[in-house]
Amino acid sequence: MIRIENLSKSFTLHNQGGAVIPVMADAALEVAPGECVGLVGQSGAGKSTLMRMVYGNYLAAGGSIRVGALDVARAAPREIIALRRDTLGYVSQFLRVVPRVSTLDVVAEPLLALGRPAGAARARAAGLLSRRNIPERLWQLSPTTFSGGEQQRVNIARGFAHDYPALLLDEPTASLDATNREVVLSLIEEARARGAAILGIFHDEAARARVCDRLVDVTGFTPRAAA
Amino acid sequence: MTAMDRIAAVTRPLLQVDGLTKRYGARIGCADVTFDLWPGEVLGIVGESGSGKSTLLSCLAGHQRADLGRILYDGRDVLAMGETERRGLGRTDWAFVHQNPRDGLRMGVTAGGNVGERLMAVGARHYGQIRDKATDWLDRVEIAADRIDDRPSAFSGGMQQRLQIARNLVSSPRLVFMDEPTGGLDVSVQARLLDLLRGLVRDLGLSVVIVTHDLAVVRLLAHRLMVMKSGRVVEQGLTDQVLDDPQHAYTQLLVSSVLQV
Repeated sequence: MIRIENLSKSFTLHNQGGAVIPVMADAALEVAPGECVGLVGQSGAGKSTLMRMVYGNYLAAGGSIRVGALDVARAAPREIIALRRDTLGYVSQFLRVVPRVSTLDVVAEPLLALGRPAGAARARAAGLLSRRNIPERLWQLSPTTFSGGEQQRVNIARGFAHDYPALLLDEPTASLDATNREVVLSLIEEARARGAAILGIFHDEAARARVCDRLVDVTGFTPRAAA
Repeated sequence: MTAMDRIAAVTRPLLQVDGLTKRYGARIGCADVTFDLWPGEVLGIVGESGSGKSTLLSCLAGHQRADLGRILYDGRDVLAMGETERRGLGRTDWAFVHQNPRDGLRMGVTAGGNVGERLMAVGARHYGQIRDKATDWLDRVEIAADRIDDRPSAFSGGMQQRLQIARNLVSSPRLVFMDEPTGGLDVSVQARLLDLLRGLVRDLGLSVVIVTHDLAVVRLLAHRLMVMKSGRVVEQGLTDQVLDDPQHAYTQLLVSSVLQV
């Protein structure tokens, strides 16, 4: 489902003397449907950079990133927009939403974008929020006012609203208590069981051991000149 | 058919712009601008004052005549059209939301009249139907029905802007041009307007070209982003990619200059 080959990345800092910083070379990995692959490597090794490239948020310098039939490294913006809507979900550590929009609508939005009727989308969002232990009295409020843990749970409810065939998870259990961590881990296991291909970053070692089928150390993708 | 199905069924861009150039004597307004806009897509254009973004928008909307290049709307050559045909497009298929609502509203006419007028311009004649549709649109932009007979001069800036949007969208345009639509508004009003615009784009399958200098607005509203400097497009791509991994020196400067709240 996800196949990365020969991938490289560098940043050019035009306003700092045009410095070119190579951050990745010859990266390669695969994630099959129904498989969860964890990225490991020390902070700064490029785990998030790799995830962002798969999502099309960072441009690749070379190589290919196939998600389903689409090569994200060469795709037009319009193709990536369609991929994100239909196929590829992303749960980041940060919630970025229009202020003053209700939590219920924030979670329902991916379904509305897919053209689901508003009633059905909100009903599903309500189900996801109650499972995430977000009390009903908060659903009409904007999540921007919530605590870190609550925001993270809203973020996860939103990320799992649609059954994406491929999922990127960046620290999905960060800032969660034991009960909510357990809920998220079982969501990941369910997504995997229904055949989703999952690529994730988990600093929580026990979580990693429980949901990941394999680990890939991104230190191996560090360009040799910089190492 | 939902808006999504209609969007999925299309096979060509709604707007195709190729090599569009406008000069003021020796000075460049905008030069060699090329892009496609698909149904349901929101394209943001950012750049500092004088970068040519407003000139580009007014050339696209037909308010100014471009010197060179081509604009195809739904396959029709806009620059080769007669004045009557182009004005017809401006009334039916296109809409233009100005930064200052006073430029897009008739201040001496009631709110209902402002919305109804646009319907009459496309041929509606039945008073009851026009008033019903005007009421419906005022409701969609969250203006209470009991304000329908008030003049826009009695409205706050945010309400005026929402009224301008209702006036523009009531005739079901397919392409909307927006010039700094959240420009003069308080941030709290801005957020509500952004949410409204996002919902309308999604539910109606609108294509939008939006000019702004506010990077936070484009991040939340635009699918794709074009960065202009000195009349030229220096970078374009997926909005979050251009903002998070800018490639051009000017975009890097622009993104890194935003104050963090």
